[in-house]
Amino acid sequence: MVKINGTMQDAAGKTIAQLVEEGGYQPTRVAVELNEEIVPKAGYSDTVVKDGDSVEIVGFVGGG
Amino acid sequence: MENDKLVIAGHEFSSRFILGSGKYSLSLIEAAVKYAGAEIITCAVRRANTKEHENILDFIPKGVTLLPNTSGARNADEAVRIARLARELGCGDFVKVEIMRDTKYLLPDNAETIRATEILAKEGFIVMPYMYPDLNTARDLVNAGAATVMPLASPIGSNKGLATRDFIQILIDEIDLPIIVDAGIGRPSQACEAMEMGAAAVMSNTALATAGDLPTMAEAFRKAVEAGRQAYLSGLGRVLVRGASPSDTLTGFLRD
Repeated sequence: MVKINGTMQDAAGKTIAQLVEEGGYQPTRVAVELNEEIVPKAGYSDTVVKDGDSVEIVGFVGGG
Repeated sequence: MENDKLVIAGHEFSSRFILGSGKYSLSLIEAAVKYAGAEIITCAVRRANTKEHENILDFIPKGVTLLPNTSGARNADEAVRIARLARELGCGDFVKVEIMRDTKYLLPDNAETIRATEILAKEGFIVMPYMYPDLNTARDLVNAGAATVMPLASPIGSNKGLATRDFIQILIDEIDLPIIVDAGIGRPSQACEAMEMGAAAVMSNTALATAGDLPTMAEAFRKAVEAGRQAYLSGLGRVLVRGASPSDTLTGFLRD
C-alpha cells in the first residue's frame, strides 16, 4: 500500500505520472513529494512507487 | 512618487500594498487585486484538491507576483519543506516564512524563523520572514539573508491595528531592509499610519475579507497606503510638546 495525501491506496508499482493522472490532478498545477523528497516534473514518468512509500501531491491555495 | 519603488531583492514594485488571499473566495481575488492595486499576493501550499477545479493561479492577473507562504509550518524544517514545494510549483523564488507553534495567538516563532531564513536564503530563495517585532531577531534575520522583515502589528486576523507600533518603529529606524507591516492591520487609517512611520509596505487580508464590500475597501487601502507613503516622503510636520503655535500671524482681530 502507498500513502497518497494521507490515504492508503493500492498503488505500488505505478509511476508518479500515473498517480497524478489517475488522481485527476492537473500536472502543471501540482508539486509531488515522494518520502519527503521532491520529485521533479521530468522524473514523473520513471519514478515508481513501492509498498510503504508516502506521496504528497500539493498545489497553491489562497492563504496568508 | 513615480520613481518611488518598493525594491525587494532587486525586484521593483510600484504598489506598497501586499494582499493576503486567505479569507475570501477566489473570484474576489481578481477584484481585490484590481482595486487595491496590489502587485504581490500571498498564497499557501496544501494537498491538491481534485474535486474543486478552481485554482488560485487562474485568478491572479498577469504581472502580479505570487508570494507563497509557509503557513502550517510549526518549525524551520517544515517551513523549508513547504518553501521547496512552493518553488517546485513554479512561481518564482519568493517565499514568506511563517512559522507558528502557538495556535491560540498565532504568534510567529522568531528563533525557528531565523533558522528557516538562513537555510532558504542559502538555497537562493527571496525570503520574507514574518516575525514578532524584536530588534535582535530582526538583526539576526538580516544576517541570515532575509530580503525584507515583516513584523506583526497585532495578532493575525484581529484587525486590532498597530499594537506593536513603537517596536515596529525601532525596526524601521535600525534595520536596513524593507520593513513590511504584516498581520493585524484592520483599517485604512492604520495602514496609512504604518506608512507614515516609514514602513516600506503593508500587507493585509482580514481587513478586506471581513469588510462590508471588499473591492471598495481594497480601494480605500490603496489610497491610505499611498497617502501614508507620500506623508513619509514629505516628512511629517512637527509636534509641540507644550502650548500652541498659531498657523497664521494674525493672533488678534483689529487690535493693536
